[in-house]
Amino acid sequence: MAKAATSKTGSQGSADSFPEDRIVEIYRTEVLARVMDERCLTLQRQGRIGFYVPLAGQEAAQIGSGYALDPSDWIFPAYRELGLALVRGIRAKSLIDQFIGNSADLTKGRQMPNHYAFREQRFVSASSPIGTQITQAVGAAMAAKKRQDPIVTITFFGDGATSSNDFHAGLNFAGVFAAPTIFFCQNNGWAISLPREKQTLSPTLAGKADAYGLPGVVVDGNDVRAVYRAVREARARAIAGDGPTLIEAQVYRFGPHSTSDDPSRYRPEEAVRKAREHDPVLLLQSELIRNRILTKDSDSKIWEELKAEVARAIEAAENTPAVEPLSFFDDVFAQPTPTLEEQRASFDQLLREGVLRP
Amino acid sequence: MTELTLVQAVNRGLRVALSSDPDVLILGEDVGVNGGVFRATEGLQKEFGPERVIDTPLSETGIIGTAIGMALYGLKPVAEIQFMDFIYPAFDQIVSELAKMRYRSGGQYPCHVVVRAPYGGGIRGGLYHSQSTEAYFAHTAGLKVVIPSNPADAKGLLLTAIHDEDPVIFLEPKRIYRSLTGEVADGDYRVPFGKANVVVEGTDVSLFAYGAMVPPTVEAAQALLSEGISAEVVDLRTLVPLDEKAILASVEKTGRAVVVHEAARFCGFGGELSAILAEKAFYSLKAPIARVTGYDTPFPYALENSYLPNPARIAHAARAAARTQ
Repeated sequence: MAKAATSKTGSQGSADSFPEDRIVEIYRTEVLARVMDERCLTLQRQGRIGFYVPLAGQEAAQIGSGYALDPSDWIFPAYRELGLALVRGIRAKSLIDQFIGNSADLTKGRQMPNHYAFREQRFVSASSPIGTQITQAVGAAMAAKKRQDPIVTITFFGDGATSSNDFHAGLNFAGVFAAPTIFFCQNNGWAISLPREKQTLSPTLAGKADAYGLPGVVVDGNDVRAVYRAVREARARAIAGDGPTLIEAQVYRFGPHSTSDDPSRYRPEEAVRKAREHDPVLLLQSELIRNRILTKDSDSKIWEELKAEVARAIEAAENTPAVEPLSFFDDVFAQPTPTLEEQRASFDQLLREGVLRP
Repeated sequence: MTELTLVQAVNRGLRVALSSDPDVLILGEDVGVNGGVFRATEGLQKEFGPERVIDTPLSETGIIGTAIGMALYGLKPVAEIQFMDFIYPAFDQIVSELAKMRYRSGGQYPCHVVVRAPYGGGIRGGLYHSQSTEAYFAHTAGLKVVIPSNPADAKGLLLTAIHDEDPVIFLEPKRIYRSLTGEVADGDYRVPFGKANVVVEGTDVSLFAYGAMVPPTVEAAQALLSEGISAEVVDLRTLVPLDEKAILASVEKTGRAVVVHEAARFCGFGGELSAILAEKAFYSLKAPIARVTGYDTPFPYALENSYLPNPARIAHAARAAARTQ
């Protein structure tokens, strides 16, 4: 249940009601995200992918919001949004292609793992600088409004990003221009090593919306239904022309910031153990078994099926050819400049002469 | 043809683009009701409405970030940064996002934004209304950098920029916004990128300049002529893409090169130009390459005329080069 930080959002219209008939599908997506997360951490440790940003603990926040969107809505993600990508129908294989950076990777091996882009699914390219996607989501929403397209844009970011320039500029612009945007903050408690309480004195992150004249909503990010409803309501408001909403989904980052991070340096394992008592995937699992929507057996089958699916995706991605060695010269501009053409030719020459090996 | 100042030519160019393409829009600080602090957008909001000529809150990162979002969605935003000196809050959006969007998405997300900004000194603007930091942007892969030097080019290059497919940093020499006029073609008139303009033909020394440095460089060439030195003046027009062919052809002819810009010297664009000449025209050179530039100080207020290259400094360097056999 969403609790209002700065405004009431309790109305339960039929448009906002949670699709109970899809609960098993939603659960399966959460399980797939969890399985991929665990496998990818292993792949990184084995040196089979170079890096990985885990999402464990944030599945309900991402998947609940993903289900609340229309396929025509535009997503401006950060780099931790694997669960959201799965909701958009992006295949495990496509994600692993990107983690490897092989020739099937739509980003052509140019970005670190997790910084993917899927234009067809309206899942915009992610970058590493924090918060930059926030103002971009507002601009795209302004453009959609100008064209009278009945869609919203939604941008995902963490608690750390609420201290960034673009958070401030984005909320401010969105308010002034009544942009149909949803600001979805996954407050996972940690910006690498900095705990939430040291990020800002503001009692909630959602409360920051007040300063920009926007509604701000705090939601339990482990409750997939509450997340769904909060996004649904924000979406309805945006479509109705009533402008943006800031949602703060309170979650906990179970894993490290990334595979390059060692959280034992800054937080006690005990805190993680306590947070895991509210593991969103396990909460939904026990509920579904308790309500006899699943049995222990049918649940195990889901996990086994998805593990097998991910294993097949990894195998297929690892058997996909590497990127073409000269391809890193492409897409700097629509057409290469003479300078780039010259550099490409000179690099090619080094390969041909055997000075370099691809 | 109409006789226009450079800032009027910018205004006409914007007007042509807004009239001919409903996806074009302008956003920036004071660009609407006020018509821009230099009046570059004068009358445009009245003609095209506040949804196409948008007064934004005071945030450069907001301006460029939202412009990127608009471009991703398919619009053609022309963002104005009031002075180049104020572009830095948007530096992250420009170099990390705008410049890399097409590349990092594997070509899925072209991102065509034109960023207009008045640049340069000579208007008693002090440290923060005078800088010429084109090298930051020319150094960043994925950005085109365009600097017109006269009214006809201002309009023609701006229309090319707005109809290009890549991000363009369009730097306007505010010092000559109104100080000179020129004949400008009416309607949609375009000057291609990557084509330098030989403004004065000569045989003894090549003078390379762009933007507000072209008029004093031409003046220097005229002064040299009376001394019997034939100087060629090449206006680069676009730093990215760079017309290397024209640059090399000129130096192969004259054997001497002087590079002029008002930006600070160290790591300035003149360094790149000099390196290209050293790499590719070494055997044509009869004299060391000379640079006439701003100094490696912040931009001074009271002594700006000492800081800025002028015809005397340019002619002095060219004379020394021309006398070297």
